[in-house]
Amino acid sequence: MDAAAIRRALRRIAHEIIEANPDLASVVLAGIPSRGIEIAHRVASFVLDIAQTPIASGVIDIAMHRDDVGTRAELPIVRETRLPLPLERRTVIIVDDVLFTGRTIRAAMDAISSFGRPARIQLATLIDRGHRELPIRADYVGKNLPTSRSEKVRVRLEQTDNEPDAVWLIDA
Amino acid sequence: MNWTRKDLVGLHELSADEINFVLQTADAFKEVGTREIKKVPALRGKTLVNLFIEPSTRTRISFELAALRLSADVVNVTAAASSLTKGETLLDTARNIEALHADILVLRHNSAGAAHFLAPRLRTSIVNAGDGAHEHPTQGLLDLYTIREKKGRIDGLHVAIIGDIRFSRVARSNIFALTKLGARVTLVGPSTLVPREFEQLGVTVSHTIDDVLPSVDVVNLLRIQHERQRKEYFPGLGEYIRLFGLTKRRAELLKPDCLIMHPGPINRGVEIDSAVADGPQSVILDQVTNGLAVRMAVLYLCGGVPR
Repeated sequence: MDAAAIRRALRRIAHEIIEANPDLASVVLAGIPSRGIEIAHRVASFVLDIAQTPIASGVIDIAMHRDDVGTRAELPIVRETRLPLPLERRTVIIVDDVLFTGRTIRAAMDAISSFGRPARIQLATLIDRGHRELPIRADYVGKNLPTSRSEKVRVRLEQTDNEPDAVWLIDA
Repeated sequence: MNWTRKDLVGLHELSADEINFVLQTADAFKEVGTREIKKVPALRGKTLVNLFIEPSTRTRISFELAALRLSADVVNVTAAASSLTKGETLLDTARNIEALHADILVLRHNSAGAAHFLAPRLRTSIVNAGDGAHEHPTQGLLDLYTIREKKGRIDGLHVAIIGDIRFSRVARSNIFALTKLGARVTLVGPSTLVPREFEQLGVTVSHTIDDVLPSVDVVNLLRIQHERQRKEYFPGLGEYIRLFGLTKRRAELLKPDCLIMHPGPINRGVEIDSAVADGPQSVILDQVTNGLAVRMAVLYLCGGVPR
């Protein structure tokens, strides 16, 4: 996937979010560090562009909500969560770059619930590569990318990585 | 940065990068304290034992709350209630605690080097909660965290540490960490409690408080550690207060934005006047609040590091 394809995919997600959420003022985009944050910002600016409505965005850190601390090769770095509060009666859309096992998303939902009880939680992802280990699906998908478990999906984004936008499928 | 330490024994052995990394991690945990549900599952299923051979309220409660907010299970052991009173050695006590599958041992001990002694002998993480007059690393970290939060930086600041430096583990941890992060440190007190030898640690020593106060960005006041002094180091409290107490009048020498810190417990009317301790420049209670976030960070890092 190149920069143009990523742009089209995120713009389409913005359209879908507008369509599914008549009350855009109640929507919060919650990006998962680090690329989810950049994707959330881009989707928010597409929404502003298309619907002329600003949409709130924030950061949801999942490191301290993981259930595998101590068993991973590296200790995940924890970051501050920043969400517009209160979340009551709002729709929180979790935004990430790649949806894989679903465990990150479970941790994100757990983190969100420690801030309050939003009306709805939805999920937007640039890439859905399959292989779910939990009953989780995305509401907005940039691209479905069938993969084998041994392959790796490499995402690069301009702001986060200082490289041109691209998605590769790599044989690991 | 990639954290690789299972233990926190002192700030002397940490690099500037490691200290900054703990402070950044504490930023994330400070935010948890603002949530409706102030608890995260990061250390769920892990067990922490607070082994306190010396009395403490603030530090023990702070470690206990930090562990509970990380969803760890906590057991508290005090010297009086432990088999140390029956002649068991510290190492045997610690090995027994490890045999009960404790993941983190928080140790407060009256002997310098106690944590340093246990750390390489156990798989359990050892977190030093104060060892004699040696180090109190989490206090040093929370002091730095508070300075960085209020001043926006550490580098280039001038910090005065005033009082009983000789017997203070808080002073040592602060000296190591502050100098590593680029602060200038001046120690102030009577020559018996602030010997010139401290200059070898890269700090300035002064015996005249009024010369130092006008130029500093932070004053950190220390309590006279009567429990560690085996003889008299100054003629009397009255004289100490007159020469080194941060009285209301003396506090007027400070820059208006100078922070006033104290690790507690405070002896009101001795090292600090009540009006100063409760005044607008005092960040003493912020230190306590920040201590929780800093200890969560330390427990998360040492307890979560891959084995």
